[in-house]
Amino acid sequence: MSLIEEPRGRVEVPVRPAPPIPYGMLAELTHRCPLQCPYCSNPVELDRRNVELDTETWLRVFSEAAKLGVLQVHLSGGEPTARRDLEQMIRHCVEVGLYTNLITAGVGVTPERLQSISDAGIDHVQLSFQGATAEMTDKVSNFRGAHERKLAVAREVRRLGLPLTVNSVVHRANIHQIPDFIELALALDARRIEIAHSQYYGWALRNRGALMPTRDQVFWALDVVEEARVRLKGVLTIDAVVPDYYAKYPKPCMNGWGRQSLNVTPSGKVLPCHAAETIPSLDFWNVREHSLTDVWLNSPAFNAFRGTDWMPDLCKSCERKEIDWGGCRCQAMAIAGDAAATDPACHLSPLHADLLALAEADAEGSDIYDYRRYFQPDRAS
Amino acid sequence: MTATLAATGVPKLARGVRLRHDEARGQWVLLAPERVLNPDPVAVEILKKVDGARSIDTIVDELATAFTVERATVATDVDAFLAGLAEKGLIEVTSPVIGDAAS
Repeated sequence: MSLIEEPRGRVEVPVRPAPPIPYGMLAELTHRCPLQCPYCSNPVELDRRNVELDTETWLRVFSEAAKLGVLQVHLSGGEPTARRDLEQMIRHCVEVGLYTNLITAGVGVTPERLQSISDAGIDHVQLSFQGATAEMTDKVSNFRGAHERKLAVAREVRRLGLPLTVNSVVHRANIHQIPDFIELALALDARRIEIAHSQYYGWALRNRGALMPTRDQVFWALDVVEEARVRLKGVLTIDAVVPDYYAKYPKPCMNGWGRQSLNVTPSGKVLPCHAAETIPSLDFWNVREHSLTDVWLNSPAFNAFRGTDWMPDLCKSCERKEIDWGGCRCQAMAIAGDAAATDPACHLSPLHADLLALAEADAEGSDIYDYRRYFQPDRAS
Repeated sequence: MTATLAATGVPKLARGVRLRHDEARGQWVLLAPERVLNPDPVAVEILKKVDGARSIDTIVDELATAFTVERATVATDVDAFLAGLAEKGLIEVTSPVIGDAAS
């Protein structure tokens, strides 16, 4: 007998006529958030409270997700606990068989609220740390006292017996703290840590010059993580989201467009990935007008880069085409100006040298952040 | 042959781990934080009995009877499988009796 981990990204899936079945759904319940992290992947134009989906619509979306074959729902944002109906959504997800994962910044979450979230049946909590020290967390999140509050939330999560993941996004200012992030996760009794190098979409793209690490930092970080993985096997799972600017091959973004997951924005747009709105040619269907299954199967945006038919010849003839899935469409858009181009992170892209030069120039950039915010603060934010 | 887990121990899925049938794909899945695991048919039969009430001994008895397999063989397989799950933090094994793990 054995347990075979679903080898995401390596499964042979017939692409047409039947699209694959998604495993995960990221539900961005709101863009409201007390923190102002400059690496946020949310779009620069944040959805305001008055355009957020209501409870009833979210419950329908969760039911449709379960029916479509989604197994795990990631309740995220913004800060998902800003939604007072969060517990109602969790209870509904449990009822329809969905595994629920809360992705929280852990600021403004009281022990009473956590108890109520736990009682609703949450399966797993992911808690973000912007730094391994109070000074760093408070600076990156632009919120004085954020670190202490997060520590308190982490302890409460474990006291409730819930599994905890520490989420750390690393970039030039805090990448040297990776060993400390790992120690922090151990001290907080987390079973898992995500060390995610900042990915340059949304606010992070806007702040790329202040976030981009140097090549030396990146290679040092990769070594540190690899060593820790071996040392902590069976104690702490370390999942890393690697940077691709200095890489040879592109990341298999989303493990293929429209292949394993989908993302619903606070206002109900369904996206193949959270940055897909940066591709201006795509038209995204909304759950207010379409069922989730309809969107997954039939929306032009999901079919635009599904499978391998859309690929340029360079990718189509590559033996890694079903490993890398052509890399990242949003990065192709941002750097090559063409969402259907080979991801410039690939060493075979004609723009690869440009990307490297851009990263090296950015790594010398100013350290001043343009903090995440609504452009015209309103009462709702 | 040495068992890793006490045969009197009672295993249960850890909080944040769920076994369910996945209708859309026609298979059983074990769901854990950021993980989807596919247990094979034998693993599924064991996991279905991991309910926080049955002891490992009871699970082995029931499987040996249901599948008419020699008990010692079942015991070895179940122990190896559950020990692996315990190491990954997917199950917790509580021991209702005083004493060290069986050796």
